[in-house]
Amino acid sequence: MTEPAVETRTVVVEREFPFPPEKLWRALTQPHLIEEWLMKNDFDAAVGHRFNLRGEWGGVLDCEVLAVEPHKTLSYTWNHAHADAAFNLQSVVTFTLTPTATGTQLRMEQSGFHPEQKQAFGGAKAGWQQFFTKLEQLLARAS
Amino acid sequence: MPNADDVLFRTLADPTRRAIFERLCRDGEQTVGALTTRAKVSQPAVSKHLGVLKRAGLVRDRHEGRQTHYSAQLSALAPLIDWTSRMTGFWQNRFDRLEDLLRRMDQ
Repeated sequence: MTEPAVETRTVVVEREFPFPPEKLWRALTQPHLIEEWLMKNDFDAAVGHRFNLRGEWGGVLDCEVLAVEPHKTLSYTWNHAHADAAFNLQSVVTFTLTPTATGTQLRMEQSGFHPEQKQAFGGAKAGWQQFFTKLEQLLARAS
Repeated sequence: MPNADDVLFRTLADPTRRAIFERLCRDGEQTVGALTTRAKVSQPAVSKHLGVLKRAGLVRDRHEGRQTHYSAQLSALAPLIDWTSRMTGFWQNRFDRLEDLLRRMDQ
């Protein structure tokens, strides 16, 4: 990703689980366990491994393992290819495990481009950004 | 990642159509005629764009005599500008499932 950070959006979800990091790590890295909470997959905890996540809605995500640090960090790409390049989603999901007194803090950070941004920076730049800024203001007022 | 978003994006990808929609958002309900005088395209073209916007749920029409008035439906945009909260919801839901799984994994 060569674009400056301001053009990305980040989602962070954190939760403490009353279980040791080793156990969470298994749930994050063993395909049959990943399937139980996330999606069907052919995951392998090896940097460079390419795999798919298959959603219940029929969507297929193209992923590649970027970082593996057992019991600590797991990172992979989370891309959704679309026939029309303007609608592609390119993002990176990173899980960070931190031991706590009573279990493990799990942090999921997903950052990337969502479709209208790809659209925006592929062509009619300012138009889309202004448009969304304006609409966000309108919606804020309406609600 | 639902396809409904794709429809919204595709609908608003056209600059002329987006300009029409923006005008409706800004200035409220308007007739095709009023929209045409501000647009740089013909009335049939404006009508066609309004039809596409309507199918995507972005505008609503109201007939009054021989005139049709169009208004923007801002609520149709919520899933689109709300990408981060949708993804947050997705992950929170998956974390719930993860928690369930971890409990079951207990011997």
